[in-house]
Amino acid sequence: MFSYTIRRILMLIPVLIGMTLIVFSLIRAIPGNPAQVILGQQASKEAVASLTKELGLDNPWYVQYFDYIKGILTGDLGTSLRTSSAISGEIWNYLAATIELSFVAMVIAVVIGVNAGIISAWFQNSWFDYLAMFIALVGVSMPIFWLGLMEQWGFSIELGWLPSTGREDVRNPIEAITNLYLIDTLIQGRFDQFVTAFKHLILPSIALGTIPMAIIARMTRSSMLEVMKSDYIRTARAKGQSMFLVVYKHSLKNAIIPVLTVIGLQSGLLLGGAILTETIFGWPGIGTYIYDAIGFRDYPVIQSGILVVATIFVFINLIVDLLYAAFDPRIKYN
Amino acid sequence: MGETILEVKGLQTHFFTDDGEIPAVNKVDFHVDKGEVLGIVGESGSGKSVTSLSVMGLVPKPPGKIVGGEINFKDENLVNASEKRMRQIRGNEIAMIFQEPMTSLNPVFTIGNQLIEAIRLHNKWDKKKAKARAVEILKLVGLPRAEELIDEYPHQLSGGMRQRVMIAMAMACDPEVLIADEPTTALDVTIQAQILELMKDLNKNRGTAIMLITHDLGVVAEMCQRVAVMYSGNIVEEGTVKQIFKEPKHPYTVGLIKSVPDMTSKRERLYSIPGSVQKPGSIKVGCPFAPRCEHAFDRCVSETPALLEAGDEGQKVSCWLHHD
Repeated sequence: MFSYTIRRILMLIPVLIGMTLIVFSLIRAIPGNPAQVILGQQASKEAVASLTKELGLDNPWYVQYFDYIKGILTGDLGTSLRTSSAISGEIWNYLAATIELSFVAMVIAVVIGVNAGIISAWFQNSWFDYLAMFIALVGVSMPIFWLGLMEQWGFSIELGWLPSTGREDVRNPIEAITNLYLIDTLIQGRFDQFVTAFKHLILPSIALGTIPMAIIARMTRSSMLEVMKSDYIRTARAKGQSMFLVVYKHSLKNAIIPVLTVIGLQSGLLLGGAILTETIFGWPGIGTYIYDAIGFRDYPVIQSGILVVATIFVFINLIVDLLYAAFDPRIKYN
Repeated sequence: MGETILEVKGLQTHFFTDDGEIPAVNKVDFHVDKGEVLGIVGESGSGKSVTSLSVMGLVPKPPGKIVGGEINFKDENLVNASEKRMRQIRGNEIAMIFQEPMTSLNPVFTIGNQLIEAIRLHNKWDKKKAKARAVEILKLVGLPRAEELIDEYPHQLSGGMRQRVMIAMAMACDPEVLIADEPTTALDVTIQAQILELMKDLNKNRGTAIMLITHDLGVVAEMCQRVAVMYSGNIVEEGTVKQIFKEPKHPYTVGLIKSVPDMTSKRERLYSIPGSVQKPGSIKVGCPFAPRCEHAFDRCVSETPALLEAGDEGQKVSCWLHHD
């Protein structure tokens, strides 16, 4: 297991290098002088020249790439053109908000999705199976923005149970430490604020988690149905094992492997693709950060944002690969 | 005749499919005595496996269902037993091994984990004691390096070794009846002999009664004291091994025995019974073998023969040639 882990981590290096190359070329792919494009046609020659120098665009490309890599390795992601502050300083605040949201969304999606899939497979063709799979189908087909708006209309406006936007109550702001508010409020022992932060999370995480939940439920069900037909399940029952353990021990450990792939891919997608949800719910996450940067042609921010999201995606896939080996002993030997 | 431990009476297991109700097991009667080996022989699709799964209460439901008859184990009718009671019996009093050793062990758990699970399901032992028992039973079934084997996964073992593990798992709680559903079919001939030898030893040394399901008459001759021949969901003949091999009465049994290659015979083509097994339930009245039988006469298609004693000591046959 140890050597497998090392091997998989070493395999990341070329992936990460390739990724930086693509992100690096992005800004250079703009036709003409990027500085001119960024500043617009009315900009003065001096302004363009100074931005060109600031972005390092007057150097040959390999020098630029080297500087870029050096910056990444030393934690310098450049300066935002819009706010003139260091990107590395502000990007975490946005990232933390997205991580918190995606994590809660994924927990909902996995807990409900996997269990719904298992029970549907266990009681195949029962009313539960039909109902769960109908909901899953609706969930997969539902546009997120519509679901988000309906949630806001129903739970915030009509019922007034939950806040419709933001991460915190602006009249009673949360003091940030890690910027993961659920953790920060617990560290400070502010349970009232913890509840507030949690309430803010409910609607956006449901909106964000619905599609993954539906996909996970369907995947789990079909995987479980496949496994539950196998000979070793019959063996487990012939031993006198209870149906519950036959399902949750013998079947699930086999059936979970394809589901892990889906969970990994969906987690990655949530981190990068939460823009829609973040916009609807005014969530100050990385999606919003990149989205705003695109509007302002803030290329250094776009570049860094994509790099961070892509890196997280790569590491989630690493974790999924390691989990495969943890669940299936046959994998590391092949 | 010894004391009966398992008695199946008029067992009917039907499958409810889109094509209608299929009687996979149609009023089957047989019994297993304490410490004996009963062979159940028949072609594929004759209902052997469904019979054994019915005894275990493991017929896939839906579509399968036991619709009639009794399965009396000691003083208990298992057809009416609760799932909870069946779980106490499975693996503990009646154990089962299957045809496919390659796929019958769970690939993601170690041999030890699966064995210890079987032991601890029926004994309130701590892990250490159960592990010691697991090692002991692995040695008993002739597996080398039992202590290491416990931490290995099924894919690290050969087919023969896996079948030994399956037998170890079945024997872990000293069952009174072992149902072996074609235990050697998927194995090499040399390994087959070893596995049969092992089962014979267990039968002899521990007195475990074995219900051996097979289509291999050689295995039957080697292992069994009594044989039941199944055809299309029915038992057509039953008797001692000697009776069945020396004086088969049912034309189907005669055909089966004739179709075994004989080393001394000079015949070049192997004998085969004409036609193929009818789908169970396709013949509503009359003997299910009648369409393939060279001795069939009018009565065979108009009346269904019952399994009745014919000739000497306990041999039973369901054929109008032998009944009035």
